Amino acid sequence: MDFLRPASWEEALAAKAEHPTAVPIAGGTDVMVEINFDHRRPEYLLDLNRVTDLTEWEVGQDSVRLGASVPYTRVMENLRAELPGLALASHTVASPQIRNRGGVGGNLGTASPAGDAHPALLAAGAEVEVESVRGSRLIPIDDFYTGVKRNALAPDELIRAVHIKKADGPQQYSKVGTRNAMVIAVCAFGLALHPETRTVRTGIGSAAPTPVRAKAAEEFLNAALEEGGFWDNGKIITPSVAKQFADLCAAACNPIDDVRGTASYRRHAVGIMARRTLTWTWESYRGTAARTEGVA
Amino acid sequence: MRVNFTVNGRPQEADDVWEGESLLYVLRERLGLPGSKNACEQGECGSCTVRLDGVPVCSCLVAAGQVEGRDVVTVEGLADFAKQRACGSTCGTPLDEAKQWAAKGQDSQTGEGTELSPIQQAFIDAGAVQCGFCTPGLLVAADEMLERNPNPTDADIREALSGNLCRCTGYEKIMDAVRLAAARQSEGV
Ligand SMILES: Cc1cc2nc3c(=O)[nH]c(=O)nc-3n(C[C@H](O)[C@H](O)[C@H](O)COP(=O)(O)OP(=O)(O)OC[C@H]3O[C@@H](n4cnc5c(N)ncnc54)[C@H](O)[C@@H]3O)c2cc1C
Ligand code: FES
Ligand code: FES
Repeated sequence: MDFLRPASWEEALAAKAEHPTAVPIAGGTDVMVEINFDHRRPEYLLDLNRVTDLTEWEVGQDSVRLGASVPYTRVMENLRAELPGLALASHTVASPQIRNRGGVGGNLGTASPAGDAHPALLAAGAEVEVESVRGSRLIPIDDFYTGVKRNALAPDELIRAVHIKKADGPQQYSKVGTRNAMVIAVCAFGLALHPETRTVRTGIGSAAPTPVRAKAAEEFLNAALEEGGFWDNGKIITPSVAKQFADLCAAACNPIDDVRGTASYRRHAVGIMARRTLTWTWESYRGTAARTEGVA
Repeated sequence: MRVNFTVNGRPQEADDVWEGESLLYVLRERLGLPGSKNACEQGECGSCTVRLDGVPVCSCLVAAGQVEGRDVVTVEGLADFAKQRACGSTCGTPLDEAKQWAAKGQDSQTGEGTELSPIQQAFIDAGAVQCGFCTPGLLVAADEMLERNPNPTDADIREALSGNLCRCTGYEKIMDAVRLAAARQSEGV
């Protein structure tokens, strides 16, 4: 095994171009487990810790450019207002020690259907900035996950950053597991209200071969909210609408039975989380809408 | 490969390090510092917790090569680390001393008077140590929390220690120990 230690982003790209089989290592919280247990013996490890650009973030007009290696702890501490869904999801990852090392770039690299960043990114709307010596491109998050633990990266590409839309409304993240800490999701659900475009977006974790959006549920809810004038009148969402939304979210799942849970439990739980996160976010939207319009 | 880094305030060099080796392995097997424990090698138990550039991490998940030029504090250096934090000096723990480090209480029964960090003393006083396997990781994690948050709530303590498993104590004595250390810290004892 060789240990490559590029000191800059350019050097990292050059090393990846020269050794496309090199395994990048950022926080190491996925990679080291595989090496410790001999599940993986890469020829090259490509250490990204010295590429300090990757641990920085920029808050722009409409989006946050989050460096690939920004640890979850930083997201929780610094980006709660801009990226509430991702901050909540980050807080559910593992433990403080893991959150101090692991980040969204590694989560995207692993692309596990159970990764906690994914539902939040899908719901908020995001693009993954990837680069190689050939150039840089932005991959829409909806096109990023290509299969179980597979993503759209080419062998010579590295993840530079994730561009995540700044929240323009309430966001929530919900996860089912046996305890609060150190739990890989049985299933998870992210929801974001986007009052500016009058849309709702979702993200489902651990209930299909890849993280997915519940698109039919989103379309149904967008239409129902529009028809009922809900965005303007701020009324409580009709229970039948919430139920239909939850059912469509459950239907968007394509889960399996495994040690963490059965397929039917996952479908059921996703429906419950969909209804709850919709209620929580909508209550919060109504609260702010009422305040800004001075309505009691 | 060779790895140069600072351990407990002193520069150290580890030789013949395999590229896929963890920091935990380097500390225990190459530098003779077995304080950090290896219980799972997969980030689940926290018994290998050390500070890397001040940040608590699982040393089993840090690749040895990633610590080149960086600063590591292990449980063996915790007493000195806490002392320096209190007095602001910079002396560090020599490797030889760190290797021989052993917990000796400051109570009248042992009377040896080897200095412990306040969190270590609190663990002894509260009876928070049974088999002791989880203790080094808990000490490092709890010490860092008290540095950041001198007046933690119970929820803060639980959160900060949520990555450290103990199979013996049931955690209540550990909670007592951290509360005790916090109380002593705020009283300036
Ligand atoms: C005990 C434990 C508990 C965990 N619990 C959770 C949990 O609750 N939720 C969760 O989502 N995850 C969990 N994980 C998994 C892991 O912590 C996350 O997936 C984390 O986001 C990985 O980030 P990292 O920086 O440590 O990745 P690394 O291990 O460094 O890398 C992960 C993958 O991404 C690739 N990679 C890293 N950076 C880049 C880059 N810039 N460009 C291209 N590829 C890259 C690597 O080659 C590797 O394939 C847990 C892990 C452990 C050990
Ligand atoms: S040995 Fe590192 S977390 Fe268990
Ligand atoms: S004292 Fe035995 S594991 Fe904690």
